[in-house]
Amino acid sequence: MTNFIAGALGIRSYIFIAVIAAIVVVVGFLNLAVPETSSLYMSSYVVSLFGKYLCYAILALAIDLVWGFCGVLSLGHGAFFALGGYAMGMYLMRQIGTRGVYGHPELPDFMVFLNWQELPWYWYGFDMFWFAALMAVLVPGALAFAFGWFAFRSRVTGVYLSIITQAMTFALLLAFFRNDMGFGGNNGLTDFKDILGFDVQSDSTRVGLFAASGIALIAAFLLAQAIVTSKLGKILIAVRDAEARTRFLGYRVEHYKLFVWTLSAMMAGVAGALYVPQVGIINPSEFAPANSIEAVIWVAVGGRGTLVGAALGAVLVNGAKTIFTGILPEVWLFALGALFIAVTLFLPKGILGLASQIMAKRRERQATGAAPQPQEAD
Amino acid sequence: MTQAGDTLLYLDNVSVSFDGFKALNALSLYIAEGEMRAIIGPNGAGKTTMMDVITGKTRPDMGTVAFGKDIDLTKMDEAAIATLGIGRKFQKPTVFESHTVYDNILLALDRPRGVIKTLFDKSNGTDHKRIDEILEITRLGDLADELGANLSHGQKQWLEIGMLLAQDPMLLLVDEPAAGMTDAETAETARLLKDIAKDHSVVVVEHDMDFVRDLGVKVTVLHEGSVLAEGSLDQVSANQEVIDVYLGR
Repeated sequence: MTNFIAGALGIRSYIFIAVIAAIVVVVGFLNLAVPETSSLYMSSYVVSLFGKYLCYAILALAIDLVWGFCGVLSLGHGAFFALGGYAMGMYLMRQIGTRGVYGHPELPDFMVFLNWQELPWYWYGFDMFWFAALMAVLVPGALAFAFGWFAFRSRVTGVYLSIITQAMTFALLLAFFRNDMGFGGNNGLTDFKDILGFDVQSDSTRVGLFAASGIALIAAFLLAQAIVTSKLGKILIAVRDAEARTRFLGYRVEHYKLFVWTLSAMMAGVAGALYVPQVGIINPSEFAPANSIEAVIWVAVGGRGTLVGAALGAVLVNGAKTIFTGILPEVWLFALGALFIAVTLFLPKGILGLASQIMAKRRERQATGAAPQPQEAD
Repeated sequence: MTQAGDTLLYLDNVSVSFDGFKALNALSLYIAEGEMRAIIGPNGAGKTTMMDVITGKTRPDMGTVAFGKDIDLTKMDEAAIATLGIGRKFQKPTVFESHTVYDNILLALDRPRGVIKTLFDKSNGTDHKRIDEILEITRLGDLADELGANLSHGQKQWLEIGMLLAQDPMLLLVDEPAAGMTDAETAETARLLKDIAKDHSVVVVEHDMDFVRDLGVKVTVLHEGSVLAEGSLDQVSANQEVIDVYLGR
């Protein structure tokens, strides 16, 4: 297993991991060890903001795995992210206990408000962290498996698949809006107090969550990297490039798609679970189709089919979004649209693709300068 | 090895229609073990549909498609048929463009095809040796690290034949291997296929008559979804019906 992962790493991977690790250490230091009066001090708000970016980066990795490597364009990955988030949100709700507005020992406030007498069965177990954490992975995984089982077996591909993923997240959006669903309806789940006994608002918890996001991102990256460099990864690319050909070679294409699709949904679930305690709320708007589309744009901008690029794209686009919406909020959506068009037209392989293109050219130039081009035999 | 053995592929009374158009009309065809067969016919004669039926892409409306003694191909999907030992080369050469020539062969290699198996699969020395052998046979050795996308049309054709070899199927279905090739390449391809036919059964669909002549094997002429004539190239070219529908045009 260690071999399986270690064999997959190139120089770019090491740089990526080192950078994430360094960011985690530096951010933690600037928040906890630097005095608040110092100009280097980083507020907890910024720490959580960065934590959010890291969660988005995990989501981007998940999307890149299915889209960039297997050619399955999901416009509904936000659904898996939100489901993971809801699982964590349910745990955080149960941790509130008697500290809620109504002070009910077992029922979350919104249930008391709705006059519910007892906890619905699907809320059982969410008072335990391990259970919630498991559900944050299993629920998105199970939904993805069921969805993929039917879609891939029926050979739904291309635009049609993208449309039904979009329909899936939209259906969930509507379902979670309903109060009867028992997930807080329109308001969602919020007003969290603590996680694993730590105050969610405190600086050290925020840094802890940020570090957890960083570690999860590195873990997700290592897993994704190991997969794409394995023989299975090569088959995924083969499916992306020539699905029928792969089938005629004897590979069960639907099994490969189902595997990577389910795994990707689970990764998205983890991202959502880490996201919720850092932003302090989860509500149905996380299921909005626009969110899923935006996540696809991050991947396209960073570089589809390059894992580092996907993560980079998520951080860059969201960083730009934070800055833009602060200065010129009304321009952001236009900027995002323009960015997507520009990337599609001029950078089909994203920022990272452009970078490696430049590198390759430089290397080629060096090679031709050093030795004459070897004669091509035929 | 070219003497007729047992029947390897057996198509009997196979019909396929698309929206009322009969692509195959009661087609019957038998390929013996170790045989090499050339199939010719004008456009729309049903050559590609026949391949689709054999490889599980298209289900026949009626008729029997059997492989070996009694394996019913009409009940199986593409992957199962491929695993059974039927390899196919497409009319338009289809290789994995973002993979190197080497990896293209690697993926085709006769190794386990399951998800978990491939996740942990490490190619070993025997695999490398076999891949090198195939690169040698298809004369792609110098291009091993080149991406599929960067190959010329003829090289792609050969790579696809190489992939077929790597699969090591009992039966190879080769759709227009010489399309778009220069005369020299065409002759080379014929040599390659004849070489392969020494220990495989091969069905070649081709338009190029010189190429079919080079192969020097039994020819089946398809027309409007059924067999019009069968025999050596000289025999079928002398057949008046064949001349009318095809050669004489």
